[in-house]
Amino acid sequence: MSKNGASGTRAHVVGAALPRIDGYAKVTGAAIFADDIALPRMLFGKLLRSPHAHARITSIDYERALRLPGVVAVAVGSDLPVRYGILPSAQDETVFAIDRVRYVGEPIAGVVAEDELTAQYAATLIDVRYDILPSVMSIDEALRDLGADAEKIHPESRKANNVHKDVHLTFGDIEAGFAEAERIFDNEYFFEGNTHAALEEHSAVASFGADGKLTLWSSTQTPHYLHRVAASVLEMPASRIRIIAPPIGGGFGGKTEPVAHELAAAHFARKTGRPVKFTLSREEVFYTHRGRHPVRIHLQTGIKSDGTIAACRLQTWLDGGAYGSYGVATTYYTGALLPVTYKMGAYAFDGCRVYTNKPPCGPKRGHGTTQPRYAFESQLDAIATELGLDAGAYRAAIAVDPYTRTVNHLRVTSCGMREALNAVSERTDYSSKHGKLSSGRGIGLAASAYLCGAGLPIYWNPMPHSGAIVKVDRGGGVTVFCGTSDCGQGSQNMLAVIVAETLGVDVLDVSVCAGDTDLTPVDLGSYSSRVTFMAGNAARSAASDVRERIAAAVGAELGVPADRCIFESGRVFDREDPERSLSFVDAARAAEARFGTLAGVGSYTPPADLHGDFKGSGVGPSPAYSYSACVAEVEVDFETGEVRVERIVLAHDCGRALNPHIVEGQIEGSAYMGMGEALMEESAFRNDLHRIPNLLDYKTPTILDTPRIEAIIIETEELEGPYGAKEAGEGPLNPVIPAIANAVADAIGTRIYATPITPERVLQALDGTSGPLRLRAPIAERAV
Amino acid sequence: MLRLPAFDFQPARSVDHAVALLAAHGNNALPVAGGTDLYANMKLGLFAPQLVIGLRSIAELRTIRFDPQHGLRIGALCSLDAVARDPAVALHYPALARAAAMVGTPEIRNMGTIGGNLCLETRCNYYNQSAEWRKALGYCLKRDGDLCRVAVHSATCKAVNASDTAPVMQAYDARITLVGPLGERNLAVRDFYQNDGARANVKRADEILTEIVLPLQASGMRSTYRKLRLRNAFDFPLVGVAVTLATDAQGACTQARVVLGAVTSAPFEVEAAGSLLRGSHLGEEIAAGAAEEVFKAGKPLENANASLLYRKRMLRVIAQRALEDVSHPLR
Ligand SMILES: Cc1cc2nc3c(=O)[nH]c(=O)nc-3n(C[C@H](O)[C@H](O)[C@H](O)COP(=O)(O)OP(=O)(O)OC[C@H]3O[C@@H](n4cnc5c(N)ncnc54)[C@H](O)[C@@H]3O)c2cc1C
Ligand code: SF4
Repeated sequence: MSKNGASGTRAHVVGAALPRIDGYAKVTGAAIFADDIALPRMLFGKLLRSPHAHARITSIDYERALRLPGVVAVAVGSDLPVRYGILPSAQDETVFAIDRVRYVGEPIAGVVAEDELTAQYAATLIDVRYDILPSVMSIDEALRDLGADAEKIHPESRKANNVHKDVHLTFGDIEAGFAEAERIFDNEYFFEGNTHAALEEHSAVASFGADGKLTLWSSTQTPHYLHRVAASVLEMPASRIRIIAPPIGGGFGGKTEPVAHELAAAHFARKTGRPVKFTLSREEVFYTHRGRHPVRIHLQTGIKSDGTIAACRLQTWLDGGAYGSYGVATTYYTGALLPVTYKMGAYAFDGCRVYTNKPPCGPKRGHGTTQPRYAFESQLDAIATELGLDAGAYRAAIAVDPYTRTVNHLRVTSCGMREALNAVSERTDYSSKHGKLSSGRGIGLAASAYLCGAGLPIYWNPMPHSGAIVKVDRGGGVTVFCGTSDCGQGSQNMLAVIVAETLGVDVLDVSVCAGDTDLTPVDLGSYSSRVTFMAGNAARSAASDVRERIAAAVGAELGVPADRCIFESGRVFDREDPERSLSFVDAARAAEARFGTLAGVGSYTPPADLHGDFKGSGVGPSPAYSYSACVAEVEVDFETGEVRVERIVLAHDCGRALNPHIVEGQIEGSAYMGMGEALMEESAFRNDLHRIPNLLDYKTPTILDTPRIEAIIIETEELEGPYGAKEAGEGPLNPVIPAIANAVADAIGTRIYATPITPERVLQALDGTSGPLRLRAPIAERAV
Repeated sequence: MLRLPAFDFQPARSVDHAVALLAAHGNNALPVAGGTDLYANMKLGLFAPQLVIGLRSIAELRTIRFDPQHGLRIGALCSLDAVARDPAVALHYPALARAAAMVGTPEIRNMGTIGGNLCLETRCNYYNQSAEWRKALGYCLKRDGDLCRVAVHSATCKAVNASDTAPVMQAYDARITLVGPLGERNLAVRDFYQNDGARANVKRADEILTEIVLPLQASGMRSTYRKLRLRNAFDFPLVGVAVTLATDAQGACTQARVVLGAVTSAPFEVEAAGSLLRGSHLGEEIAAGAAEEVFKAGKPLENANASLLYRKRMLRVIAQRALEDVSHPLR
C-alpha cells in the first residue's frame, strides 16, 4: 500500500515534496498567532508569582492593587478553587496557589487592567505574607528522610518523604538472565533537565459572548484537554465553551497541558464581561516549563558471550518539580520504550519520581524516553568497544525484528532500524573511522525508537482518539475538520495531503479547519507524535467515506461500476476507459444532487491488543513505532574543552514520508535540538531560583554552532498508518544525544556520564577528575 | 511579554542640544544610542529614566575617518556593524574590526553603537534579571540590596565590564572625547574606566561620548582580539583578550599591551605580560610566559555563565592563542 495512492493507483500527492500549506503565511508574518489577536475593549492580564520556593501563604491583601486607576479586577486562589491536572491521578494544581506555594514563579494572583503596564505595576501592589518553609531542590534532598516534623511538599501524598510515584516492573526471569550473562555492565548516568525554548511565548485571549458562551484562543497543543479542564475549573458546561488553537510558534511539549494563564484569562473575561489577554514573558515561560525531567539513571546490562542481551535492569529517579503534570506517564516512559529497540531476555524497571521546589517538569520532545535512551546507547557503545564489535553492526545484530513482541509485551509492527543503522554507518564510513581518527576527533553512533501516539488515552474512555469530517463543496473545494492543533510540526499539512490523495485533488484545494472545539471533532492533541498517524487515519477514513458517495454518483452518471472510479488529478474516471470521466467539480455536483450535502466522517481508535496485562501496561503501547539511527562527528579542543559538532547524519524510519520536505525538516530540527541538549542546555538553579530564565543566558545553539545535518528518510510499509505513514516529530531527536556523547568519548578516550557535555566537564574528564558517577547510598538503596 | 516602562523620548538635534537636555533634566534623563543595552535594562527595571534622549539623530557622530596625521576618528554613534566592515578599520586596526564583529548578533550589531559598547553597563547574572527575580533573590549591593552575592564580604560591586571593544580600545591606547555643559574633555580609554561595578566609568551624567580616536602610531602594530564564549554568536565574552604589539626591524618587540575584558569591572591591563614581551623576540616560550602572567593576574568571579575556575583556567589558553595570533605578522 505504501507506494500507492487511492484505489491502487500511483500516489500523486503522498510522497511529493510540496511546499507547506502554511509556509507562506508563517514566513511573511501573515499568520495570526494568539498574541496577535486584539479585540475591542480588551483588557490585559498579569500574574503575580511566588518569590519563594516553598512557603505557606498567611495573607493576601490586594486592596491597593484594586484601587489603582486602570485596574479592573483581581483574583486569588479562593476565586477558582477547583483543582486540576492533566492526568486524572494528579489533580494537584489550582489556577492561583491556595495556602501554599511550591516553586519560585508559581502564580498566586492575577490582575487585569486597561493596559499591560498598569497590570504589571498593580501586581507589585498585592501584599502577600508568607511563612517560609525549607526548600527541596534536588533528587537527593527529596529522597532524604524527613523525620517526623518536617513538611512534605505535598503533605497529602501517601508516599514517603517527597516521593511522588514509584513503579516496579519485571518481565521474564531477571535473576536467571543475569546468571546467564557472561558480563554485566553497570553504570550510572545523569541527564540534566532542560526546557522546550519554543520561540512563541504562551498567550491566551478569552472573550464572553452576549450569549454567555466563552471563546478561548490559546497557544495550546491540546485544545481538547483545555476544553475539559476549563469546563471543570470554571464550573461551566463544556457546551458553552469554545477553545480555538491558532497557529503555534513552537510547542515541543511545552503547551500540552492547561496552565494558569489560560484559565485566568477565561475567569477574568467572565468576571469583567470584557475580552482579556494574557501573554507570558520569556521568564514566565521558564516558570510554566513542564520540560525535560532531570533523571538519574542506574543501568545494569548482562551480556552473553555473543553480545546478546540476557538481562537488563533500569532504575530511574526523576526530578519532577513541584507538581504532578504528566509525571506519572513520564515515569513509566523512562522504562517502557527501552526494550523496543533490542531483543533482551529479561527486563526489570524501577522508576521513582520525586517532588522538588522547582517549576513542574513534564513532556518535552521524546517524553521520558530521551534520558534512558542516552544512557542505554552510551552503555551499548562501551559494550561494543569492550567486545571489539562494530557499534552499528552490533546494534543491527541485536535489533528487534518486525512484527514481534518485545520483552515487555509491546507489539512491534514495521521496523526500519537495521536499514537506518546501515544508512548512517555507510554514509559516514563509521566502521573505518571509529577509534581510528586523530586525537581530538571522534565519531559516535546511536539508535532509538519512538511512539506513533499512545495506545491509550490519558483519561480513560472508550471513544475514538481522533475524529475528522471532510466536506466537499459544489465548487470542488474540500474542507477537512479535525481537532488537531498544529504546533509547527506541519500536522495540518499532513491532513491536507491525505485528503487530497484520497480524493485525487490538488493539496491547495483542501482547506484545513483544525483546533476549534465548536467546529471540529475531537482529536486528543499534538503530543506523543500521534497526529499524522491517528488524525491522519481519521481524515483518510472521512475522505473515503465521502468518496464512496461521489464514486456512486459518477458511476451512475457514466454508467460504470462505482468501484472502477479512480480519483486523480482533479478528475474522476473509469479505470478501464480513462476517457470516460468527470471533473472533480462535476463529480461533486452530481453527488450532491443525488445524495444531498456532501460530507464524510471518520475516526480512529487504536487497536486493543497492543500491550500486556499488568498495572502500568497502558504507558508505552503504540500502534506502531518509528526507528532512528544517528552518527555524529565531533572535534574536541583539549585546551578549552569545547566540543564542535562537525556533522550529524540522521536516518529515520517514518513509515511512508507523506511529504519528504516536512520529514526532513523534523529530522533537521531534531538534530539541532538534540545537539543543544547534549552540549549546552540546562535548567540550573541557585538560591532556590532558576539561575538564567532568559534566552541569552540559557544556551541553545545558534546557526553558527549548527553543523552540516544530513537527513536520511528510511521508508517502511506501515500497514496501519495512513498511506503507510508513522511519525517524524519526536523520534529522530533521541539518538542524537547519545551519538554526540559517544563521539566525544571516541574523541577524548574517556566517557562523561552526564549531560550537558560542557567544556568544563570535558576538561574534568581529560584531567581524570570526573570519573564515573556514583550514586550515594540512600539512592542506591532506594529509599522509597 | 516584558514591556518597556513609560518614558518620554526626545531625539537630539546636535551634540550641544543633547548636552543641554541632559543638563536640564539631571538624573531624570539618560542618553540612548542603539538602545540594545539600555532598553533591555529598562525592561528589567534596572533604570527608569523619565526622559530618554536619542543620539542617533546626530549625523555628525556617525562617520569614520582615517587621517594619516592623527589616526582613526570614529564617531560614537557608528554602528558596530559599520565599524566591523570599515576598510580603514580592517586595514589599520584589525583587532577592533574583529571584536566589533563578535558582539552579540547581526541585529545587535546593526543597532548597537561603538559608543554604547564603550559605555556598556557592567554585567552580573545576579543583576541582569527581572525585577521579580531580583526581588525573589532579595536584591544585591548594586541595586536595592546591601550584600554582594558574588563576593559576600566585598563592600563594592564586582560586576564585569563585558564590552568586546573596550579592551581592544585600551590595547590600542585609544582616546575618547566627552562633551558636557562645561566643555570638552579628552582622555585615554584607560582613564575612562574605573574598576567599580557600580560605576563603570568616569563619564558624568550630563556628558556624552562623541568620538574615539585610535592613534596613528597603533596602526602599524600587530594586534588581535580573542573571545571565549559558549556559542559562536549571541553571547557575551566569558573572557576577552586583546593584544597589541610593535616590533623593530629586527623583530624585537618594542611595545606590547595585553588587556583583558570581562574579568573585572574595567578592562584590565596585565602589565607583567606586557613588560615580559617588551624587548623580547616573541616565540613560544615568551608567549607561554606572558600567558602565565595573564593567568596569575586575572581573577574572575562567580558572576558569568561559566564557573570562575573554568574562566581562570581559560585565561592562560585564550591569552596563549592571542599571542600566537600576533607572533606571525598577520597583516
Ligand atoms: C542579546 C544581546 C547580546 C549582546 N552581546 C554582546 C556582546 O557579545 N558583546 C558586547 O560587548 N556587548 C553585547 N551586548 C551589549 C550591547 O548590545 C552592545 O554593547 C552595544 O554596543 C551597545 O550599544 P548601544 O548603542 O545599543 O547602547 P545603548 O543601549 O544605547 O547604551 C548603552 C549605555 O551607554 C550609554 N550611552 C550610549 N551611547 C552613549 C554616548 N554616545 N554618550 C554617552 N552615553 C552613551 C547609554 O546611556 C546606556 O547607559 C549584547 C546585548 C544584547 C541585548
Ligand atoms: S557583583 Fe555583587 S553587587 Fe555586583 S551585581 Fe553582582 S551580586 Fe550584585
